[in-house]
Amino acid sequence: MKELLEGSMAVAEIVKLCKPGVISAYPITPQTHIVEDLAQIVADGRLNAQFVNVESEHSAASVVLGAVAAGVRAYTATSSQGLFYMAEVLYNIAGMRLPVIMTTAARAISAPINIWNDHQDVVSLRDAGWIQFHAEDVQEAVDLHLIAYRLGEDKSIMLPVMVCMDGFVLTHGLETVDMPTQEQVDKFLPSYKAPYKLDIENPLTLGPLVDPEYYTEARYALNQTHKEALALIPKLTAEFAKLFGRTYNGLVEGYQLKDAEKVIVAMGSVCGTIKEVIDELRSKGKKAGLLKITCLRPFPINEIYDALKNIPKVAVVDRALSVGSFAPLAAEVKAVFFGKTKKPQNISSFVVGLGGRDITKDSIKEIFRLLNGKEKQTEFIDLKPELLKESYD
Amino acid sequence: MKEIRIHARAGQGAITTASLLGYAYFLKGSCPYAFPSFGAARMGAPMNAFVRVDSKPVRLRSQIYEPDYLIIVDHTLMRGYNCFSGLKEDGIAIINGKEEQVQIPKVKPKQKVFVVPANDIALKHIGRPLGNTALLGAFCAATGELSLDDLNSAIKHRFAAKLQEGNIKAAQEGFDFVTHKTKEKVR
Repeated sequence: MKELLEGSMAVAEIVKLCKPGVISAYPITPQTHIVEDLAQIVADGRLNAQFVNVESEHSAASVVLGAVAAGVRAYTATSSQGLFYMAEVLYNIAGMRLPVIMTTAARAISAPINIWNDHQDVVSLRDAGWIQFHAEDVQEAVDLHLIAYRLGEDKSIMLPVMVCMDGFVLTHGLETVDMPTQEQVDKFLPSYKAPYKLDIENPLTLGPLVDPEYYTEARYALNQTHKEALALIPKLTAEFAKLFGRTYNGLVEGYQLKDAEKVIVAMGSVCGTIKEVIDELRSKGKKAGLLKITCLRPFPINEIYDALKNIPKVAVVDRALSVGSFAPLAAEVKAVFFGKTKKPQNISSFVVGLGGRDITKDSIKEIFRLLNGKEKQTEFIDLKPELLKESYD
Repeated sequence: MKEIRIHARAGQGAITTASLLGYAYFLKGSCPYAFPSFGAARMGAPMNAFVRVDSKPVRLRSQIYEPDYLIIVDHTLMRGYNCFSGLKEDGIAIINGKEEQVQIPKVKPKQKVFVVPANDIALKHIGRPLGNTALLGAFCAATGELSLDDLNSAIKHRFAAKLQEGNIKAAQEGFDFVTHKTKEKVR
């Protein structure tokens, strides 16, 4: 049924429909509304789950780790500093091969303190071993949660999945959402039957000390599974499309790529603004396009290669930094083409919209305009040079 | 596409205003995207809420710089900040206040400004100086974007019992205030 919902409430509703048995979270802006809504849903008896209040994100992550280890479907959500506080547990969840599903309201990182949207938190956690999806709008965020549970709990995968949605822009934005019914969800997502769990009848150790004899293989297996997830995701989204009528590739999405001469690569809600600009440019005969990355981990190397190999000028938009080096997404897109014969003439790198600085149509037009010149390396858009003058007086 | 910018202070109900407006548009079959932008995250700090609405899903995620319509929930914000910035040539502004309190900036010939004593209206009907629904009633009358029925349906969806009743009355009085003003001007 189509409803007008705040992004957070829409996520809470879809999580409810996925029937987790344990929810544990610690509130942090701009994720708070999601867990507030879920706490209410549980308190109202609309979902038969245990909502575990904890004193920190480290504990929240530990609780959902324990829940899934005991064979129960679980859910948590966080953002920014909270995500970092979870970090060591997150690596454990992936290493222990536990399909925890988490929403991350993507937000900037301190210092200076900033509660607004960029991708520094989630992008910094890209190596945690979690599958990582990025939503463009609220509907996609909703749908990706369903896909996340199916994917993570698949016996061939058994991995945690993080669904990233832009803080405020999506978490606090009201949009029309087609919310699936319980019946539809049940058809797509069967109840969780853990292939292994902590069970006193059949004792098992999860996450033990592993000496150099075995550690490499555990990590190798984790890496291999990510490759397998790349093959499974499009199959799941195809199945999803049949049931729900909404088509996603799940890895990347091309927009006006066919004859494009200039293409922006980006993630998250900014893709909507980019599509608007592309339509304007196209109406003036300018051949612009977008490659949206939905899945940052595993990184869809082949899909990116196929989409961009014949594009003359590519701009990678990062909303995060790898301080002291190339911008993170740009570095990876460039790596896709290293040593290839077919490749873009230029792959320029732009940083935009840090800490909630508004990304306007003009910001995007500027990026397309800058593609006319030489290849740009970590070029900041909408920078205010007057604020950079140093003074300690 | 129509764009509405709301100026308020955190705690004055601007997000509720934006969501009521969004919901009224949604019931009409339009596609709204309503969203807030916070400054300092505390009560009383200036903030904006926005509604962008179209016949197809809204993809543009930036804030609104050239609004068709303005709703200024707290006119004291106009002292230090140009709330009218970017208002379209034929834009309409609704300001919460009394004529004698509000210094209206010089507007362009086709722009319209309505100063509505929404807090007084709200005090009368809701018992609290939260003029949002009165302002929305005024918005319906001033812009013709939505009917009072559309707005009332949104209010009914959001509020129950006494609160619903009071807000519907406030919306009606806000609507009537502007209708009356417009007639006066025509005369």
